[in-house]
Amino acid sequence: MSAFLREYLTVAIFTGVAFGLLAGVLSVGKLIRPVRPQAEKYFNYESGVDAVGTGWVQSPIRYYVFALLFVMFDVEAVFIFPWATQLEIYGWFGAVEMGIFIVLLALGLLYAWRKGVLRWT
Amino acid sequence: MIFAGDPLLSGHIDLAVVAIVVLKTVLTFALLLVGTMFMVWFERKVVGDLQNRIGPNRAGPFGLLQTLADGVKVFFKEDLIPEQADRVIFKYAPLLSMVPAFITFAVVPIAGDFRHGHSGVVSIFGHRTLLQLADPPIGVLLVLAMSSIAVYGVMLAGWSSGSKYPLLGSVRASAQMVSYEAALGLSVVAVVLVSGTLSTSGIVSAQAPWKWNLWVTGVVPFVIFLISGTAELNRPPFDLVEAEQELVGGYQTEYSGIRFALFYLAEFMNTITMSAIIVTLFLGGPSGPVILGPAWIWGLIWFLLKLLIFLFVFVWFRATLPRFRYDQLMDLGWKALIPLSLGWLLLLTAVRVGDVEGWNPFLVTMVGAVVLVAAYGLLVLAMRAARRNRQLAEELL
Repeated sequence: MSAFLREYLTVAIFTGVAFGLLAGVLSVGKLIRPVRPQAEKYFNYESGVDAVGTGWVQSPIRYYVFALLFVMFDVEAVFIFPWATQLEIYGWFGAVEMGIFIVLLALGLLYAWRKGVLRWT
Repeated sequence: MIFAGDPLLSGHIDLAVVAIVVLKTVLTFALLLVGTMFMVWFERKVVGDLQNRIGPNRAGPFGLLQTLADGVKVFFKEDLIPEQADRVIFKYAPLLSMVPAFITFAVVPIAGDFRHGHSGVVSIFGHRTLLQLADPPIGVLLVLAMSSIAVYGVMLAGWSSGSKYPLLGSVRASAQMVSYEAALGLSVVAVVLVSGTLSTSGIVSAQAPWKWNLWVTGVVPFVIFLISGTAELNRPPFDLVEAEQELVGGYQTEYSGIRFALFYLAEFMNTITMSAIIVTLFLGGPSGPVILGPAWIWGLIWFLLKLLIFLFVFVWFRATLPRFRYDQLMDLGWKALIPLSLGWLLLLTAVRVGDVEGWNPFLVTMVGAVVLVAAYGLLVLAMRAARRNRQLAEELL
């Protein structure tokens, strides 16, 4: 196994220990906490009155557009990060290329802005 | 291709190496957990001070054991799962928000010898190693990935509760977190640009001793990172996720007992990891002057001191700033921070490339600044025109 993978092995071990610790905490909790079921305890909280319908009703949620925009910027990061580590090697040519890419991206944001996607009220 | 990497893991693996890895795992956990306990106390105490109260002072000296007392209490509380909840996801969502907080801390350089030519390497039991749990060549990307995964914990917790307030809170949270994630990523690019590496220990070595990215990148990425980091943590003034006046408790509303405590702890743990990441990326991590004694101890001291500054800053924000409105939050993220970080990235690129190619740095900076100001001016003009058009349209109606 290469040193490269060994670094991730350490991270994986750490993750495993984290999961183990949390599982331990949860099972200790399970052992010592009281259980006294009562129908009222299992109602959904809705400011003290009986809940109307379920929580999974259809409601207009306009947040998804932001998720789409985020995907745009996250994909961008995939391109920008490797280039940023090699800036000196690509010199002005790489900088111009990346400049064009970033400007195109900014145009995308500007388009969303123009379309009123970012307007909340 | 040069991988920074931990020299400990590059050679032959023997028992001592395994022992060191185990030791580092235990110490990292201990540091993080003790830090979280301290942070809960610290936050309550400092907020108390800032509000002219005393804060916790009953359990132990200065109330230091308050967190422990709360923790023990929470173990004895009933764990309620609402009838309408999706039981499996509801039970395990807290893990999803807790574990990323742990993993992020694995790539933070905690101590080390960052004097000239040492690049953080110290010797234990005859083995050379970095004083951080792991140093993957893409440590920075790991941090960003983990902060993306943390969104799942919040999102699934809110959704699986089968209740209205948690659902609203979690949808808000995910929109907020992904929005500021973009700005966060772009401000990190500025750091990568000047450091030329994605490994966290590499970034710290590049900053030692006084070339902190805070001023090498020109303060702006730091400010953007601090603001979007606060938003990522859902801490005040960006705590719309659990705005108790409108959403009861956001995604945590239906949680009780130990599972609620896990969310609560994850929040404080994330505060610590985020501060540690800021210190690593912008303030030179554990690097600093060595006065006397072994260098790595001074690394630890400088790291903890810098960490404490940011822990205080986050508490200070909470005690001082009123909460944002949701539209203001989204405006700040998309219309101010992201364009600003994109523009700053271009400017920084021009200056760096000009440096390599031997252009006049003053001229490059001036031309870059003029172009950015011109772009900003055009934007302002366009917005003014749009506002005028809207007003006209309203009058016609």
